[in-house]
Amino acid sequence: MYKIVNKRELNPTVTMMDIYAPLVAKKAQAGQFIILRADDDGERIPLTIAGYDRDGGTVKIIFQIVGGATMRLNRKSAGEYISDFVGPLGCATKTDGLKKVCIIGGGVGCAIALPVAQKLYGQGALVHSIIGFRNKELLILEDEFKACSDKLTVMTDDGSYGRQGVVTVPLKEALESGERYDEVITIGPLIMMKFVVEVTRQYNIPTTVSMNPLMIDGTGMCGGCRLTVGGKTKFACVDGPDFNGFEVDFDEAIARSSMYADFEKRQRDLCCNLFKKEVN
Amino acid sequence: MAIQPKKHDMPVQPPQERAHNFNEVALGYAEEIAVSEAQRCLNCKNRPCVSGCPVNIAIPDFITKIKERDYEGAYRTISKSSSLPAVCGRVCPQETQCESKCTLGIKFEPVGIGRLERFAADYHNANCAGEIELPAPNGHKVAVVGSGPSGLTCAGDLAKKGYKVTVFEALHVAGGVLVYGIPEFRLPKEIVKKEVETLKKYGVDIQTNVVIGKTLTVDELFEDGYEAVFIGSGAGLPKFMGIPGESLKGVYSANEFLTRSNLMKAYTKDAQTPIMRAKKVAVVGGGNVAMDAARTALRLGAEVHIIYRRSMEELPARKEEVEHAAEEGIQFDLLRNPVEIIGYNNPDDRRDPKNGFVTGIKVVKCELGEPDAKGRRRPVEIPGSEYVIDTDCVIMAIGTGPNPLIKNTTSGLEVNSHGGIIVEESTGKTSKDGVYAGGDAVTGAATVILAMGAGKTAAKAIDEYLCGGNKNL
Repeated sequence: MYKIVNKRELNPTVTMMDIYAPLVAKKAQAGQFIILRADDDGERIPLTIAGYDRDGGTVKIIFQIVGGATMRLNRKSAGEYISDFVGPLGCATKTDGLKKVCIIGGGVGCAIALPVAQKLYGQGALVHSIIGFRNKELLILEDEFKACSDKLTVMTDDGSYGRQGVVTVPLKEALESGERYDEVITIGPLIMMKFVVEVTRQYNIPTTVSMNPLMIDGTGMCGGCRLTVGGKTKFACVDGPDFNGFEVDFDEAIARSSMYADFEKRQRDLCCNLFKKEVN
Repeated sequence: MAIQPKKHDMPVQPPQERAHNFNEVALGYAEEIAVSEAQRCLNCKNRPCVSGCPVNIAIPDFITKIKERDYEGAYRTISKSSSLPAVCGRVCPQETQCESKCTLGIKFEPVGIGRLERFAADYHNANCAGEIELPAPNGHKVAVVGSGPSGLTCAGDLAKKGYKVTVFEALHVAGGVLVYGIPEFRLPKEIVKKEVETLKKYGVDIQTNVVIGKTLTVDELFEDGYEAVFIGSGAGLPKFMGIPGESLKGVYSANEFLTRSNLMKAYTKDAQTPIMRAKKVAVVGGGNVAMDAARTALRLGAEVHIIYRRSMEELPARKEEVEHAAEEGIQFDLLRNPVEIIGYNNPDDRRDPKNGFVTGIKVVKCELGEPDAKGRRRPVEIPGSEYVIDTDCVIMAIGTGPNPLIKNTTSGLEVNSHGGIIVEESTGKTSKDGVYAGGDAVTGAATVILAMGAGKTAAKAIDEYLCGGNKNL
């Protein structure tokens, strides 16, 4: 059992938790992920690590409440326990030798982009961050990004906060005006990462994307998380989750991500009804 | 008394019934049948069956106990050599091991050793509280990586000698392939749980949710005071064929399909983990894993075809599994090799929800040619014989490759070109001092009992390494 030491709602659909898991906290690095189960009969949920406190023995996770499993997780309060928490899994984001980077986060993906930005900023790199959300209500981690970015651009789809538009707009502007980065690191919805890569490809700027496909064991056993990268089958859990964005077959990954859309919808409706009943 | 020429049949659930449930297929001998089967044993002098057992169970001795109706005595005899009697009695390929050597088998059917082993184990589990004699601690600490058959066996043997053993398991539950791979209808998970509980009584500490190679490394285990490490981390990444269409929705590795069903209980009504409820499933491969995947898919309501590139004779699965599968209505499309998986694509509507799902598998017919290096006749494709089998789900059960996690994080651990850990066969000793390995992590995909044999061999070698092998026997 793993204790929820701290819980905070970042916006109506995104929650942050600090979980007491000292072995994981000791090893965790930006870019790696954990797998948790809220309850004994729960689904295994892979979540990329949003931060860690090695001394305090806690690992920070930030998750979007999208389906049954995350709804159940979100019903737990600080002081309560979750059944399982294993990690750190996957490979850390490579940051060695990077002097100037652009970090692009979209929605809850910003939670994962943050520790990467912090690490790069901490090792003296020049960090430009672009974070995008659907609207002001869904904005998260602005202050945290400010603290670890030499320049921060906030985008909203509807213009209710920051600039109006998608994250590729300021990226394109920067590249067009002659800005060059050692690397662009982007984490967010598949479709966003796909478009970021389309922009950076034109300027031949190395681009790392963080993939979060469906996954079960997370240790290189089930093969559910496979992706096509550079024409080869790769497994996000052991080969990733970071990959060279130019090589990832995004259309395939987008198609595969909807494999269980019907099941997920049923689970979501089931939980909504169940939890509503309990409230009434 | 004349010897009965045939083994007593194993009572089973009727095929039509069991094809629709996940309850155990084989029901086990009743007491009188077990005694009668035990009486078939000649108790011959040279005991060839024992040498056919990878863990050298004193088979004639336990059978004698059953004859004498001392069932608990039979169990104790078995458990001197095996840490998992109820498991082995169910999943061992006895027909190629102990029973293949049985003297009675020269003229008649061999004694049903596996069935008797299961009887003794089930009797014990149902009737005995399980008081055990705890060995005196010898002060040595050993770490075991992985709680599958090799790890549990190694842990059990060492614990019984007084070692303080900690088992590290990556998943949330102990048992390895016994819980994620082998289906409930062949090996009920309650039985695995009981065997694990027995080991805990011997003082084995099982730490779930620890991935060696990630959470901790082998080198760190030594820093933490473990004096020897056994690696039984199992097989790794599933293999795919490299044909077009393997990334379509509805294509699974057998590992994923079985893990969803077995470990995550996706076959139950209220499961939170999804699994595809296909109308028609094609399973590619002919081993035990292919049979398990096929029979699971059948129970989830599908019409199931096994696609295998050789003929029935070369099928590597256990005979009993193949027979059970056939009885349940699984169809064998033999001498067929997949060349492409075909998916739905509506060019007029990119948002059509059926887009990207499997609709069929294209296969080419084969005939058997010359034997290959292993002596198995090689399948030769017949040009122009391709055709499409309609299906909405494809399960690839063609084996597994190495898992890179431990190799990549352990200094001085040598692996072969397949990624398997290199060991000295008689001891399980690796290239790294104090590190032993066994099971699929060494051999690639093999059987439960071979993994147990390797765990046992390593336990003996670790005992010799730490205690000279004789202090606590």
